[in-house]
Amino acid sequence: MFRFANPNRFMNWSGKLLPWCAAATAILLIVGTYLALFVAPPDYQQGEAVRIMYVHVPAAWMASFVYGVMAASSAVALIWRHPVADIAAQQSAPLGAGFTLLCLVSGSLWGEPMWGTWWVWDARLTSVLVLFFLYLGYIALVNAFDEPTRGARAGAILALVGVVNLPIIKFSVDWWNTLHQPASVFRIGAPTIAASMLWPLLIMAVGFTLFYVTLLLVRMRSALMAAKLRALRLQEFQAA
Amino acid sequence: MSAFRLLIARDLRLAMRQGGDAAMVVAFFILTVVLFPFGVGPEPELLQRIAAGIIWVTALLAALLSLEKLFQTDYEDGSLEALSLLPLPLEFQVLAKCVAHWLVTGLPLTLVAPLLALLLHLDPAGYGALMLGMALGTPILSLLGAVGAALTLGARRGGVLLSLLVLPLYIPVLIFGVAAIEASIGGFGARPHLLILTALLVLASGLVPFAAAAALRQALE
Amino acid sequence: MIRRPMSDNPPSSPDFTGTGLACRRGERLVFAGLDFAVPASGALVLVGPNGSGKSSLLRVMAGLTPPEAGRLAWDGVALKEDPQAHRARLHFIGHSDALKPVLSAAEMLGFWAGMRGGGDVAAALARFGLSAAAPFPCRYLSAGQRRRLALARLVASPAPLWLLDEPTTGLDTEATAQLMAAIAAHRRDGGCVVLSTHAPLDLPGAASLSLADFRPRRGLAA
Repeated sequence: MFRFANPNRFMNWSGKLLPWCAAATAILLIVGTYLALFVAPPDYQQGEAVRIMYVHVPAAWMASFVYGVMAASSAVALIWRHPVADIAAQQSAPLGAGFTLLCLVSGSLWGEPMWGTWWVWDARLTSVLVLFFLYLGYIALVNAFDEPTRGARAGAILALVGVVNLPIIKFSVDWWNTLHQPASVFRIGAPTIAASMLWPLLIMAVGFTLFYVTLLLVRMRSALMAAKLRALRLQEFQAA
Repeated sequence: MSAFRLLIARDLRLAMRQGGDAAMVVAFFILTVVLFPFGVGPEPELLQRIAAGIIWVTALLAALLSLEKLFQTDYEDGSLEALSLLPLPLEFQVLAKCVAHWLVTGLPLTLVAPLLALLLHLDPAGYGALMLGMALGTPILSLLGAVGAALTLGARRGGVLLSLLVLPLYIPVLIFGVAAIEASIGGFGARPHLLILTALLVLASGLVPFAAAAALRQALE
Repeated sequence: MIRRPMSDNPPSSPDFTGTGLACRRGERLVFAGLDFAVPASGALVLVGPNGSGKSSLLRVMAGLTPPEAGRLAWDGVALKEDPQAHRARLHFIGHSDALKPVLSAAEMLGFWAGMRGGGDVAAALARFGLSAAAPFPCRYLSAGQRRRLALARLVASPAPLWLLDEPTTGLDTEATAQLMAAIAAHRRDGGCVVLSTHAPLDLPGAASLSLADFRPRRGLAA
């Protein structure tokens, strides 16, 4: 009934927005990649390896940003029982997990030339690793029920529990890290970063965000269509 | 007797009659700790250095082991449905069940921990922090676990899923539990760490009942 | 809870009412546009084929499932305003008996009555012919005895509203008679009862509600 009134409106505006989003993503990512690889200067200490930053840092931002989106949509879904919010949270999770994995892999690739090892129990990387597990838990929970609506509700509660716990986990991991090893952390995002490096970074960050928005819209649209298909099947069954 | 205490008493009586749950958890705790010297070698210096970590990690796993049953049997035999329709709000019922769960698992784990510390040659200066940390930390394990147990009711592969959901949330307890022991061995005093554990316990007791009750309600819908 | 006088409700307003109710189970709309009213001392029998939503309606009435649409009220006060008060005034007996194999019948009933503030457990057991079974663990009980023990919760602690989902399933004629006697006594005291059934039951003056009449029309689900 009214449950699909809103989704219909969503399908309308998202359909119009989608091509613009996709085009802007493509332009920003191409420009950003060009600037990062050819225009931005190599670091005087890290050399060419610093270019990994232009993937690693936006991925790290997206990893937490997407979790925030998930938690916010889950809250909306729980409080107002808004079906589109439910779908936004569910469809964000694999994307967020993807960004988190990209952040971990690029961090590891960056770590090899920097620290001479693929993995360091650095506070920042460790927190991202825990975030990755939170994403995996959410995805596993949402898909663990035979009834799709049941998984959505459980996932929404878990996302909120996770968002309350994230600062606590982050705080305790930082504490643990200072106890066990002196900070050997690379300083990124420090205010001293040169403008020639900052611009490509910002362009990449906006590009990553739009990339996420584009993929999210595509995923949400297909999830809504799948739900509609299930509803039609059900009608067919009830009529039979 | 108030409904709150009646529910605790029922869960304790069930645990006693069905037997074994607490004993199994403690046996798992001891057995797993005993595996470590086989894995890393019996040198007292090495064991002494990693004792706090071993005991705490194993305690997390042991607590996890008993969580799946927290709401599962009540869910399957219809008791949970009947409980949710009682005048006592579900939030308080969650708290009561957590208290009972802690009495049956967390408390025995806390009491057995010094024995395991002995086996692993833990520095005598760490015993106080170990016991206090376990006494403060294991209730948090029961509480956080209750949310996971409620969320996974009726899920496929509930047990494995439960560990995936709950273990990341246990990290802060692990960090501060172990840090308390190491601080008191190092002579800095375990106070700040124990205070943080206390704060976490207060926070968890305040928030968990709402999350777990919401999860139970949607499982019963 | 303040009982707000409703100007459009005469004093003889029904005790338990629902208006415009719709219920969704998972992605399926089970019924829509359903109204019911149960006055004090009244009985409402839910009938309909399998899957028509008898259990769903009882769960909505109990507050287990929030209705997709519509309003439930007790004496004109919406249930939403005080769900705790609603839980205190109802007994819901579903398909499962909610018994623990290791607790004795008396302990089991004592627990459920105790959670509602206590009641006469021995008398309730006697009403359903379970006095002899009282000290024995529930795992010894037969299916019919287990069902009777679940139903004994109704009389062990008083509550004005009984919601019974196919209560006579698995009961022999004697036990069915015991249940009917309990319902009759409950209604004499001003209580009301809503139950679903497939077998015709002897309930004088009971209203009947056919769930098949509220099947959502095609196209409503989407």
